[in-house]
Amino acid sequence: MTELAVLQARAVPLTVITPPRSWVELHLDEVWTYRELLYFFVWRDLKVRYKQTVIGAGWAVIQPAFTMIVFSLFFGVLAKIPSGGVPYPVFYYSALLPWMYFANALTQATGSVVENQRMITKVYFPKILLPVSSVLSGLVDLGIAFLLLVGMMFWYGMPPTAAMLWLPVFLLLAVATALAAGLWLAALNALYRDVRYAIPFFVQFWMFASPVAYPSSLVPENWRWLYGLNPMAGVIEGFRWALTGQGQPPGVLMAASALGVAALMLGGLLYFQRMEGTVADVV
Amino acid sequence: MSETVIRVEGLSKQYRIGTPERYRALRDSLASGLAAPLRMIRTLARYAAGSSNGSGRNSTPADAASRNGTIWALKDVSFEVHRGEAVGLVGRNGAGKTTLLKVLAQITRPTQGRAEVRGRVGSLLEVGTGFHPELTGRENTYLSGAILGMTKSEIDRKFDEIVAFSGVERFLDTPLKHYSSGMQMRLAFAVAAHLEPEILLVDEVLAVGDIEFQKKCLGKMEAVTRGGRTVLFVSHNMGAIRRLCTGGVWLDNGAVRRVGSAADCIDAYSSSVAATGDEETGVFDLVERPDREGTGKVQFTEIRLLGDGDTPRARLDYGESIRIQMRLHARESVRPYFIGVAIYAADGTDLLSTVQTDSLAGRIIEAGESHCLVCRCEHLVLRPGSYFLQASVLDSATWEFHDWFYSIGQFSVEEGTGRFGRIPDSRPGYLQPVFEWNWK
Repeated sequence: MTELAVLQARAVPLTVITPPRSWVELHLDEVWTYRELLYFFVWRDLKVRYKQTVIGAGWAVIQPAFTMIVFSLFFGVLAKIPSGGVPYPVFYYSALLPWMYFANALTQATGSVVENQRMITKVYFPKILLPVSSVLSGLVDLGIAFLLLVGMMFWYGMPPTAAMLWLPVFLLLAVATALAAGLWLAALNALYRDVRYAIPFFVQFWMFASPVAYPSSLVPENWRWLYGLNPMAGVIEGFRWALTGQGQPPGVLMAASALGVAALMLGGLLYFQRMEGTVADVV
Repeated sequence: MSETVIRVEGLSKQYRIGTPERYRALRDSLASGLAAPLRMIRTLARYAAGSSNGSGRNSTPADAASRNGTIWALKDVSFEVHRGEAVGLVGRNGAGKTTLLKVLAQITRPTQGRAEVRGRVGSLLEVGTGFHPELTGRENTYLSGAILGMTKSEIDRKFDEIVAFSGVERFLDTPLKHYSSGMQMRLAFAVAAHLEPEILLVDEVLAVGDIEFQKKCLGKMEAVTRGGRTVLFVSHNMGAIRRLCTGGVWLDNGAVRRVGSAADCIDAYSSSVAATGDEETGVFDLVERPDREGTGKVQFTEIRLLGDGDTPRARLDYGESIRIQMRLHARESVRPYFIGVAIYAADGTDLLSTVQTDSLAGRIIEAGESHCLVCRCEHLVLRPGSYFLQASVLDSATWEFHDWFYSIGQFSVEEGTGRFGRIPDSRPGYLQPVFEWNWK
């Protein structure tokens, strides 16, 4: 084929630029078109994250490991929170894994739009790539921290079970929750920098509203569906159940969580898209 | 005529400029009703305190339009660009040139109207978009390339070429933060220059960097336009536009004043600039001039033009001395910088430029200080005619402007007493140094 023919064969994209018109103007297909850029954003996040640190990726293990020690000591040994016979370190670490992933991913996603404001005002790309890449790059830390869990379970003589096959489902739920909340907060943060100061508290409160430091069985049965609307409740309970066999198998709580994340995600997408049209002018 | 690739119809863009902060805090939104009178008091107080520079922004003519909190950066703009055309956008600072590029690049949405763009668009609104200081030159090449719209395989293919163009081969695996600003710029432009979209939007990227590098960039731009790419080019360098562009659009205050050939638009624009300069007294009060760009950390407050004698004037005689007396005020302490003046001809051709470091050692001016600086040349060798004075304060490390005027104003050179003899008046060119001819 001649060069000219190649040029003609390649469809020439037509872009129509108009004022923002309605609330619903989602172009999620653009994420696919720009998938290479998404890859580069994730790659950049990973490259930059532990630059000029001594311990490097070791931080991915140190954070949950030390929190686990503190929780085991105070909530476990001293406060005697019931763990259903699971050794406290495993009980807490199996919940801290998804929680730490979520907390870090959410914080990163929240800042993602503002931190890239220079780029946003100079070149076009779907802004949604920014929170998506924050949420994806956190998975690598989760993977590293997971290795310690494998070691711990081996140490305590806990054999792998069929329930572990559920883990990817809960992981997906965790990613979706981080992204859904991240979309809201990233968009809000672009407009109101107050979000930056609120987020540490927000994350802390959310942790106590999730079964990280305690099992969800402490929540009365008839209220569990409401408790489950916090998607992280389903994620963490699911992780713990899949890994240790303790706690709730998938049920009402997790169905409620899936519902909760779907609603949060839909709202987040719409709000983020709404912000996207004006962000270059206000950020 | 070839196919239309950019069609702009009635495009308008309104900006809210109610809040002076760059972003809103929640309390501002909640209390914006209460804040308005407060802001007025603050402005008045600033006047009373006599901090002359600070009030510059609060009293621009644009403020009249902004009383309702909004400003039209673009007003009913319509034009068309055909495939393979290179179109130069000219106009004063704040005329809406960059806004227009941003709308066409989809960075910001218009308020009214529509535009159709046929083909892959690449936008170069700054050099080094997406560079990360912690990453190496190699990594940044890929990152920046991807952000500007190249695919990974495209970058793979052009990588060696990009590196060769940038001339930073030896530092490819060094983090970018250890690069000099010049090296960063070269790498950044090398990446950008290898972008191959069907439509290229370029904004003033050539205004930075040393002369050598500017020339290289200009050459590359020329190759791009000759290669049949459609280019929309914003620059204050009229010479560059004249060289690179066939078509032109002159924007004034957000509206189109003229669409036509590049030469037409440049001439029309230049003569309008000439009409607004203060060419009678030779004293240019710059405190409240809105047509400036830069960080504002150090600003010109006044520039006087003098010849022989101590009275400022805007008509100088050929052959007499020329003095440009600049008053500056620093609002913040800044790193060593260049204070420069340049002279260009009415058609936009750059004639000469000089910076204070040509003969002075660098010096730091602390916040709050005001200084006066004089630049003198023994003999003015410009041929009789009209010329424009340009002035800038530039960070010598980042090449970022603290203050910049495309045109301080106009001045003229007359034959005068002919100290160097008769000046032949039908010669081409702008300069008439004194030459000595001898038979050997």
